[in-house]
Amino acid sequence: MSILINKDTKIITQGMTGKTGQFHTEKCQEYANGKNCFVAGVNPKKAGESLLGIPIFGSVKDAAAETGATVSVIYVPPPGAAAAIWEAVEADLDLVVCITEGIPVRDMLVVRNRMKKREAAGGKKTLLLGPNCPGLITPDEVKIGIMPGHIHRKGRIGVVSRSGTLTYEAVGQLTEIGLGQSTAVGTGGDPINGLKHIDIMRLFNDDPDTDAVIMIGEIGGPDEADAAVWCKANMKKPIVGFIAGVTAPAGKRMGHAGALISGGADTADAKLAIMEECGFTVTRDPSEMGKLIKKLI
Amino acid sequence: MKIHEYQGKQLLKKFGVAVPRGVFCQSVDEAVKAAESLGGNLWVVKAQIHAGGRGKGGGVKVAKSLDEVREFAGQILGMQLVTHQTGPVGQKVRRLLIEEGADIRKEYYVAALTDRTTQTVAMMASSEGGMDIEKVAHDTPEKILKVFVDPEEGLSAKQAAELATGIGVPAASVDSAVAALQGLFKCYMETDASLAEINPLILEGNGNIKAIDAKFNFDSNALYRQPEIMAFRDLDEEDPDELEASKHDLSYISLDGNIGCLVNGAGLAMATMDTIKYFGAEPANFLDVGGGATTEKVTSAFQIMLKNPKVKGILVNIFGGIMRCDTIATGVVAAARETHLSVPLVVRMKGTNEDIGKKILSDSGLPIITADSMADAATKIVAAVK
Repeated sequence: MSILINKDTKIITQGMTGKTGQFHTEKCQEYANGKNCFVAGVNPKKAGESLLGIPIFGSVKDAAAETGATVSVIYVPPPGAAAAIWEAVEADLDLVVCITEGIPVRDMLVVRNRMKKREAAGGKKTLLLGPNCPGLITPDEVKIGIMPGHIHRKGRIGVVSRSGTLTYEAVGQLTEIGLGQSTAVGTGGDPINGLKHIDIMRLFNDDPDTDAVIMIGEIGGPDEADAAVWCKANMKKPIVGFIAGVTAPAGKRMGHAGALISGGADTADAKLAIMEECGFTVTRDPSEMGKLIKKLI
Repeated sequence: MKIHEYQGKQLLKKFGVAVPRGVFCQSVDEAVKAAESLGGNLWVVKAQIHAGGRGKGGGVKVAKSLDEVREFAGQILGMQLVTHQTGPVGQKVRRLLIEEGADIRKEYYVAALTDRTTQTVAMMASSEGGMDIEKVAHDTPEKILKVFVDPEEGLSAKQAAELATGIGVPAASVDSAVAALQGLFKCYMETDASLAEINPLILEGNGNIKAIDAKFNFDSNALYRQPEIMAFRDLDEEDPDELEASKHDLSYISLDGNIGCLVNGAGLAMATMDTIKYFGAEPANFLDVGGGATTEKVTSAFQIMLKNPKVKGILVNIFGGIMRCDTIATGVVAAARETHLSVPLVVRMKGTNEDIGKKILSDSGLPIITADSMADAATKIVAAVK
C-alpha cells in the first residue's frame, strides 16, 4: 500500500503537449509502471492526435470518460493553470496534482472557494495537491511530477514537505541508509494550496505500509503547527520534523511565495517549538533527518 | 512588489475611497508650488519611501505656512530616512507628497489581506488607528475585527457596516465608511494586491471618512496582468543586488553573514543557510538558482555574491534532479575562473550525475573543497573562513 497513488493509478496530463509537460511525462513514463499509468493528455486543439504514445483528448471530461483515469497532473502555464484545476474538478477526478509555479494568488483563491462550495453543495470531493509543487511518488510503482525517480527506493517511511529539493534531500538520506519511502509528497510553496501537512499526516497515519514519517516545513503560514497539534492527539507513528528558515529575515519572500514570515507564530523557531511540544523528534540539522528516523523505528 | 503612498492613494481614489488632495513632488520649489495650488493654511509634507514608520523617523511634518513647507521639504528631500523597517543605513528620500491638512477627529485602521487558513480575503478593522497594528494585535486582540470574504462574492454592504459600527464609526458616517471598505476590497481584488492597508482611516469634523495613509503589497505572480501597477515600480527603492539577480532569473536576498551560498530550490536554500548557522557561522545571502541553471547563470550568481565585501567563503549545495550535477559543476568551474575566485569554495553535490560532476571539479585544478553531506559542507566552509 501507499497513499494517494499506486501502480494501478490512471493519470491524465493537462499541458502534456507543452515543452515542460512533454519532458516530464516522458520521465514519468520511464519510471516503474508509468507506461501503463499515463493514459491521456488534454489539448482542445489536438484532440484525436497522440504524443509519446498517449492519446490526446479535447477535455478532461472526455479523457476521464474514455480512459477511466481518476487523477490528473497539470503543467499548464500560470495564466491558465487555475482554470485547468477547475476543469479537472468539474470532471469529478479524485486527485489533481498541479505542478505549475507562479499562479496568481487571486486565481487560486477563486478556484479554492469554488471547490469548497461545490463540495458543500454535495459535489464530489476532489483533492488538490499543489500548486507550485514537485508532485508525489510511490517508489517502484508510479511517479507523478518532476522529482528524479532514481533517488527513491521502496520502503516504509513517509515523506512530506512543501519544497522540492528539500524533499529530495530527505529521500536521498533514507535511500542512502537503506530505508526507503512508502510515498513522498510535496505540497508546494504557494500560500493558497490544496492538501496540507495535516491531510498528508492523516493519510500516512492510516497507511499500514508506513511506519514513520519525515515532516518538513518552512517559514510562513500555519500549516505545520496545525499538523503538529493534530498529530499530538492522533498520530500513532514516530515523526522526525525539520523546518527550514531559522535564518530567514522577517517580511522577505524567500523564493517560495508562501515562505514569508508575517506574524510571530510562523517563524521556524516557533514551528520547531510547537512540533517538539507535540512529540515530534525535531532537528535543526537537516543532514540528520534520515539517521533520526532510523533510531526511531 | 511595494509602491509609494501617493501611488496607493491614486489607486484608492480610483476605487471610490476618499483621500486628501495632494501633489507628488521631486524638488523644494515644486513642493512650495504644490502647497500654493492646494491653498488653505495647513499642509503635510510627507517623505515617500517604501518603508513604514516614516513619521517617527522625521519624514512627515505639518507645515503652517509656505515658508515652513519650503523649510520642511528642504530638510526631508535627500535625507537618509531611518525607520524600524529600513535598517540602520536608512533610505534616501527622493520623492515627496504635499497634502492639504485634515481635521482629524478619530483615527481607525482598516486592511485587506489574504488569509491562508480560511483561503479567503480577510477584511480587518480596528478602532485603534494610527498605532502599530501588530502591537494592537498582541496587546488587545479584541480590538481588531475581522470578516472573511469569498473573493467572488465580495464584501457586502452588511458586512462592511458591521465592521464600521464595530469600530465605533458614528451612525451619520457609517455609509461613508462602508463605501471606503467596499472600495478597499474591490481595489485589493482588482489590482492583485497581497496587502492593502489604510492606517489611519480618519473621521473628519464634517463627518467625512478619508484615507490618510496607504500601504500596498502586490502578488508578484500577477504582475504580468497589472501594467498599471508595474508602472508604479520604483527601482530606487529596491536592493540593487536583488534587482541585478532578478534580471538573471535568480532569487537572491542579502543577509548579514559572511558565507555566500548558492543552492537549487528555495527550501533547500533556506535549509543550507540554517545549516551554516547551526555549525557556527552566518549566511551572507539566500540564493536559489532555480531549476534551469546554465553556466551564465552560475557565473552571474557568483558575481552577485562576491560583490558583497563581507563574503569570506562560498558554499554551493546542489541536489541534482532534472538539473544535472555535471552541468552545475561545469558552471561552477567556469564561474570560479571568470571571477578569479580568491575565497574558499566548498561544493556539495548529490543526485543526477553526481560522480561526473565531482570529477569535473577535481579535474579543474582549482582549489575546490568537496563535501558529501550538508553538515560536512557547512563544517568545511566554516573552518575555511576562520
